[in-house]
Amino acid sequence: MTIAADLHTLTGAYAAHALGEEERQAFERHLAQCPACAQEVREFTATLARLGAAEAVVPPAELKARVLAGIGTVRQLAPATADPDAAGPAGHRLGRSGRRWPALALAASVALAALLGGLAYQQHDRADRAQARATALQQQQARFGALLTAPDARTATATAGSGVGTVVWSESLGRAGFLASGLPALPAGRTYQVWFNDAGTMRPAGLLSASAGSLVLDGPIDGAAGIGVTVEPAGGSPHPTAAPMMLLGFT
Amino acid sequence: MNTVVHLSGPHRRGPDLRELVAKVAFGDQDAFGRLYDAVAGPVLGLIRRVLRDPAQSEEVAQEVMLEVWRTASRYRPERGEVMSWVLTMAHRRAVDRVRAAQAAADRDQRAAAQSHAPAFDEVAEQVEGRLEREQVRRCLQMLTELQRESVTMAYYRGYSYREVADMLGSPLGTVKTRMRDALIRLRDCLGVGS
Repeated sequence: MTIAADLHTLTGAYAAHALGEEERQAFERHLAQCPACAQEVREFTATLARLGAAEAVVPPAELKARVLAGIGTVRQLAPATADPDAAGPAGHRLGRSGRRWPALALAASVALAALLGGLAYQQHDRADRAQARATALQQQQARFGALLTAPDARTATATAGSGVGTVVWSESLGRAGFLASGLPALPAGRTYQVWFNDAGTMRPAGLLSASAGSLVLDGPIDGAAGIGVTVEPAGGSPHPTAAPMMLLGFT
Repeated sequence: MNTVVHLSGPHRRGPDLRELVAKVAFGDQDAFGRLYDAVAGPVLGLIRRVLRDPAQSEEVAQEVMLEVWRTASRYRPERGEVMSWVLTMAHRRAVDRVRAAQAAADRDQRAAAQSHAPAFDEVAEQVEGRLEREQVRRCLQMLTELQRESVTMAYYRGYSYREVADMLGSPLGTVKTRMRDALIRLRDCLGVGS
């Protein structure tokens, strides 16, 4: 009785993962026979999750790329069949038949496509009240999608500080796109400008006015060796006025 | 006294997470991508709060997200919200990492040196995150100091309640009950339904 009452007061420490291993095991044995404790633990767990969620940060885009690349190597647990709450027979059939997406030739493209989706979603979120912007973004995304799904689509990635830039290109389409996340915040009146590198001569290929985003580059690749990114005055420049912060080759 | 505006939780906008988890359980990678977008920020933020080290935090966050993918079929809606399920996993792993990484004495020193480290700037960018933070902060302020210390040292810094008792110089039993009292008050203040 005393022991049970004593154990009951451990609900808080248990939910906060603050028990030692032995105590945790003892408490879990108690938990199985104490519905009131189990209820309290559920509530405390939800309460602590609120404390945790309040710490939210913006995760770097490359983390998502790494996670998405990783799931291909992680085998999923089948639904627990003993549990009456598990998915019904239809669910099991689905699971058995292995309704997996076909493995794509370019793992990088898969990760990148998902990354793009995430970025587009964030952007879409911000542009909520600007329908025009959202529509433009969807078109942009569709064009970017076409680029990504081109059979000969290739990608290259580079970092600049905490930022990541990826160029995706298709020789058959003759087009390229640029995707960035976490680039340094721009000072007022400045923009990122992307350039095609024509054997050392930089050709304007588009503007990115935020530290994250994607764009299909203006004009054909037309033999360019790669792309460069500079910080320019808002509206862009006809020629780069600063050293490139990022260079990516079509290789 | 209870004038707190109850928000419905950290995921009140955006996709239905339960539906996404159900799809993820059957290998839907697209659904997983959307689930990731909804939970990765809180997951990484919480882990960073506990571990401090950004690189290590990302590593653990990656492990947690892969664990979500692996165990999606074991999620039970009746046991709690998706966010709560995922953050419990994240917290567990962060705490395990902290305890495996160093002896308690090292951490005392480190924690003392870092206890006033500023919160991460990125949070300020998110209005929604700010609201949530503000509400949590207000609710934490309603606790007694010992209640608050007990729960934040355990949850945000990964100390066991025995370590908390040592550091606060309070009897074990007191810390144990303060931790529970604190959570009862936080639960009610944050409007976490039963």
